[in-house]
Amino acid sequence: MPSSVPLSWYLILSAILFGLGVAGFVVRRNIITVFMSIELMLNAVNLSFIAFSYQLRQVDGHIFSFFVMVVAAAEAAVGLAIILTVFKNRATLAIDDVSSLKN
Amino acid sequence: MDARFIPEPVHLIRFAPELLLTVFATLIMVLDPLTKEGEKHRLGILALVGLLAAAWGAAVAAANPGTAFSDMLLVDGFATFFRYLSILVGVLTLACSFAYLKREQADSGEYYALLLFSIAGQCVMVSANELIMIFIGLEISSIASYVLAGYLRDDKRNNESALKYFLLGSFATAFLLYGIAWIYGITGSTNLAEIQRVLSNRDIAPSVNLIGASAALMFVGFAFKVSAAPFQVWAPDVYQGAPAPVSAFLSAGPKAAAFAIFLRVYITAFEPIADQWQAVLWASALATMIVGNFAALLQSNIKRLLAYSSIAHAGYVLVAVTTHSQIGTAAAMFYLAAYAFMNVGAFAVVTHFARQGERYVNIEDLAGLGQRQPVTAALLSIFLLSFIGVPLTAGFFGKFYIFKAALDANLVWLTVLGLLNSAVAAYYYLRIIVVMYFHEPSESVADLQSPAPGIQAVLWASAAATLILGVFPSWVLDFAGKAALK
Amino acid sequence: MEHLWLIPALPLAGFALNGTVGKRLPQIAVSLIAVAMPVLSFLWVLKTLSSLGSLETAYIERYFTWIESGALNIGVDFMVDRLTAVMLLVVTGIGSLIHLYAVGYMAHEGGYYRFFAYLNLFMFFMLTLVLGANYLLMFVGWEGVGLCSYLLIGFYFVRKSAADAAKKAFIVNRIGDFGYTLALFLMFVQFGSLDFGKVFAAVAPMPVEHSAGLLTAIALLLFVGATGKSAQIPLYVWLPDAMEGPTPVSALIHAATMVTAGVYMVARSAVIYQHAPLAMEVVAIIGLLTAVLAATIGITQYDIKKVFAYSTVSQLGYMFLACGVGAFAAGIYHVVTHAFFKALLFLGAGSVIHALEGEQDLRQMGGLRKKIPITFAVLCCAWVAIAGIPPFAGYFSKDEILLAAHHHHPWMYWVGVVTAAMTAFYVSRAMFLCFFGQYRGHHHPHESPFIMWGPLAVLAALSLFGGWYFKVPNYLAPLFPLAEGGHEMALVAISVAAGVLGIGVAYVLYVVKPGLADSIASALGGFYKLVYNKYLVDELYDAAVVRPIVHGSRSLLWRVVDVGLIDGCVNGTATLARGVGGVLRAFQSGNIRNYAAWVTLGSVAVLVVLGIAVGGAR
Repeated sequence: MPSSVPLSWYLILSAILFGLGVAGFVVRRNIITVFMSIELMLNAVNLSFIAFSYQLRQVDGHIFSFFVMVVAAAEAAVGLAIILTVFKNRATLAIDDVSSLKN
Repeated sequence: MDARFIPEPVHLIRFAPELLLTVFATLIMVLDPLTKEGEKHRLGILALVGLLAAAWGAAVAAANPGTAFSDMLLVDGFATFFRYLSILVGVLTLACSFAYLKREQADSGEYYALLLFSIAGQCVMVSANELIMIFIGLEISSIASYVLAGYLRDDKRNNESALKYFLLGSFATAFLLYGIAWIYGITGSTNLAEIQRVLSNRDIAPSVNLIGASAALMFVGFAFKVSAAPFQVWAPDVYQGAPAPVSAFLSAGPKAAAFAIFLRVYITAFEPIADQWQAVLWASALATMIVGNFAALLQSNIKRLLAYSSIAHAGYVLVAVTTHSQIGTAAAMFYLAAYAFMNVGAFAVVTHFARQGERYVNIEDLAGLGQRQPVTAALLSIFLLSFIGVPLTAGFFGKFYIFKAALDANLVWLTVLGLLNSAVAAYYYLRIIVVMYFHEPSESVADLQSPAPGIQAVLWASAAATLILGVFPSWVLDFAGKAALK
Repeated sequence: MEHLWLIPALPLAGFALNGTVGKRLPQIAVSLIAVAMPVLSFLWVLKTLSSLGSLETAYIERYFTWIESGALNIGVDFMVDRLTAVMLLVVTGIGSLIHLYAVGYMAHEGGYYRFFAYLNLFMFFMLTLVLGANYLLMFVGWEGVGLCSYLLIGFYFVRKSAADAAKKAFIVNRIGDFGYTLALFLMFVQFGSLDFGKVFAAVAPMPVEHSAGLLTAIALLLFVGATGKSAQIPLYVWLPDAMEGPTPVSALIHAATMVTAGVYMVARSAVIYQHAPLAMEVVAIIGLLTAVLAATIGITQYDIKKVFAYSTVSQLGYMFLACGVGAFAAGIYHVVTHAFFKALLFLGAGSVIHALEGEQDLRQMGGLRKKIPITFAVLCCAWVAIAGIPPFAGYFSKDEILLAAHHHHPWMYWVGVVTAAMTAFYVSRAMFLCFFGQYRGHHHPHESPFIMWGPLAVLAALSLFGGWYFKVPNYLAPLFPLAEGGHEMALVAISVAAGVLGIGVAYVLYVVKPGLADSIASALGGFYKLVYNKYLVDELYDAAVVRPIVHGSRSLLWRVVDVGLIDGCVNGTATLARGVGGVLRAFQSGNIRNYAAWVTLGSVAVLVVLGIAVGGAR
């Protein structure tokens, strides 16, 4: 990370990515895309971790981002499996169609 | 930080319950393909052994209190209390599950393994002394729970429940993680005590707004897991759709563990800004009670009703969290223990009554249960009366301690509104009793078999615990009082 | 140690036995267990009281610490003083008699073992309520008797009306309990204890509150609890409906014991009330209003149990009037005598209903005095007792109350006297309609078995001589000093005359034949057609004679206030709650993206509040 780029830029980029992830979750209609939005949010967090870690001259933040990646991978495995069973049972990936439990 | 790659034995002892649970869960997964169909319940017995071993491990760990793995974990009374509670909920859930899995012809090792993994995650959460450990424990517990909620792959309700739980859960966890990242950036640490030290020192506390913002982001994550308003929307759908024993588990175990980390983080790390988060908690506690109780009034599906009731009870516990005092923490701990018993007991009746494919889950289906199976109906009545908070049940003392703590903390309005809420709640719980005893038996009770031995054991144990805690609350309260933080 | 715990534990054992194995036991064994336990409990009370001697000071037994948290320390402690002694004797004594009676009354009913299990459980909670040495233990009994009352009202659960009545009772009582709970919290915050001894010791040196203050608030909140349990305005509505339960239940719970728990609680808290004259005034006025209102409604009812139910409400009003004017001893005196004669009235009514195979309508009765002479004879004893004819039970206690009321405010005395006349009137009306004239029903009346009229005979003796024999105010004098000044004979004579007048008017209207009715009716002109059916004659009497009072009470108080206003409020609240629930449910659309939007909005709100609050605070 070249020192000429100030910390705040990374943080702002991270916030924008996180916001995009949130927005994506709320507006996209395909379950896979919604799931990818969550991944985007997690990666935005990773960016913050790395930036802070660099700023603080610590290695901890880097380690944290690895943890987050591992957890995200586990989540992806389980999540895609769940999405697959939903698709098998309903033959659709439109998130709005999965709304029979309500009120 | 000294680099030591081989941990000291005492650290492993402090980590014993998690280790034992993981070993047993892995063993079950290895043995699963080696076990014949129809013999799978033996893996469940193995899981039970694993849970008992974990309880023993928790006792051994409690005898060697202290930190482990470079301050990542902290074994104190608080952690021990919640470890026991998680394991206990696991045992009760397991006992309910035997009959359920047999009935649905879905007995397999992975169910038991997932249950153990989820409990291992909860044990990590409650003994974590550090934000990243909290996150990892939370995810271990959650990922296993996501699968459990959708355990019956071919059941549409299970699918939907799992999908909602998974998507929204991950969504909320991302907020939590973002908060953790910020607090790490501000304080340079993820250790709770260190964060507290930095935040309480005004001179070195920079970016004041960002501290509030990161506390808020973490609040979203925790509030979601404990189903506090306005983040409770997922709970009714998930609990309704998931298999009944899993709903029992989700609304008692992971919820208690989430409350544990909620309490630990806000009472240690965010102690310096207590006045600010108290206001948010106040509003959230009130909104949670109102949403839970009023929405429950209109439910006809008993699982959904219990889901809303679980939201309402989370609201009462939040009142205790809002007090931000030691007796408030003790009251919350007592309430969570009491709630675990009555809730698992109530869901055990639902598990028993719903029958294959969960066909009978409407309140009206219970009509005449009082005549057909008086014992089951009486035990369910005990749980419902305890939900209401009638004296001589655990629920009474749970509410009593919480509202007393709230009064001591001068939360007079919250107390009054909370008591009014619990008066509203009496209505929908009583409705179930009225249906059971005072309605003409419906055909749905005609072919009801007597409860399976596992479910019977859960019912009697939970009812006994509910009544014992209603008469001798001090047995648990003393433990909680000593273990409460600060 | 006197082993006070045995007193409630015996009925509890009966409940446990009958509740678990009762279904498999023969009926005789169930009855034996059910009756033996209250009787043993009664004997134990007698033994305890005789060995405790004069009981000038309270005797306390401490068993174990129940709750200990911070400053709060509550033990399971039982206490006996003279007030407790009186209540114990009434509860176990009358309770035993009613259990005995119920053996005969319920002999042919389904769920026999269940009924007696509940009845014994009720005894356990009632005795806990009376014996408890702190407000929390009392509350345990208080909630417990409410639960049993709920279970027993709904005993005939296949009848929808019974189930509804049970639910109504429970819900109305919750409102009262809410007040009681708040009073407990206030007390704890203020005094740091809920022990009777400690609370009263803390209150005693406090100055009397001449304007509203803390003690007034506590006293009023406690009274809110009492209005629920003891069926006072505005929470009395559940009691008449509670008559859906079997008649022994009406006698035991809804006449003799449970409903007087509120009076006991107020008398027990006398120290608090004496420091809050404003609250006393409220108690007196509510009591008096309830007495009048319920008496007027009682006049109009045709269901024999409803008449007595409204009468119970009215008599409870008298007891609160006594407490409100400071005559706590007189209030408890009336609790005792009322337990005698009202239990007798209900059990006698039960005997009549039993004889007529379930008929409760007074218009379907008549002329029964020759057919069921024993029942008639014992009911006559209750009749003279409630009408306040000297020297029978009701006379003594009612007189004490009226004199105390006169001492407080003369107008209260006069209202009380009018109520006494109405009381005598409606009971006489019920008696005349039931036992005199021609039999108007279609059943074949038969006398009840000995096991039923035996207890009635004992209660009859108590109704006749109990008031004279048990001078409760003298016994309670160490707790509640006797009022100075003698009995003013003129006032006594007026109240007795009111009773006699009530009986006389009823006699003229219901026994001396319809000539008078015709003339009154024709005097009224064309308002009402003369109704030829003789069942409707007394309706005409009612309309003609008691119209100024009755019509107002029936159409305005009963229809509008009771059914319209109070039920309306209860229903309105329910509708509102459902509305709120409906709105909340609308948010629960089932759509994941929708939920995510909520989570996002919520997090923005929390972010704004916490971010700005922290920033602003620093």
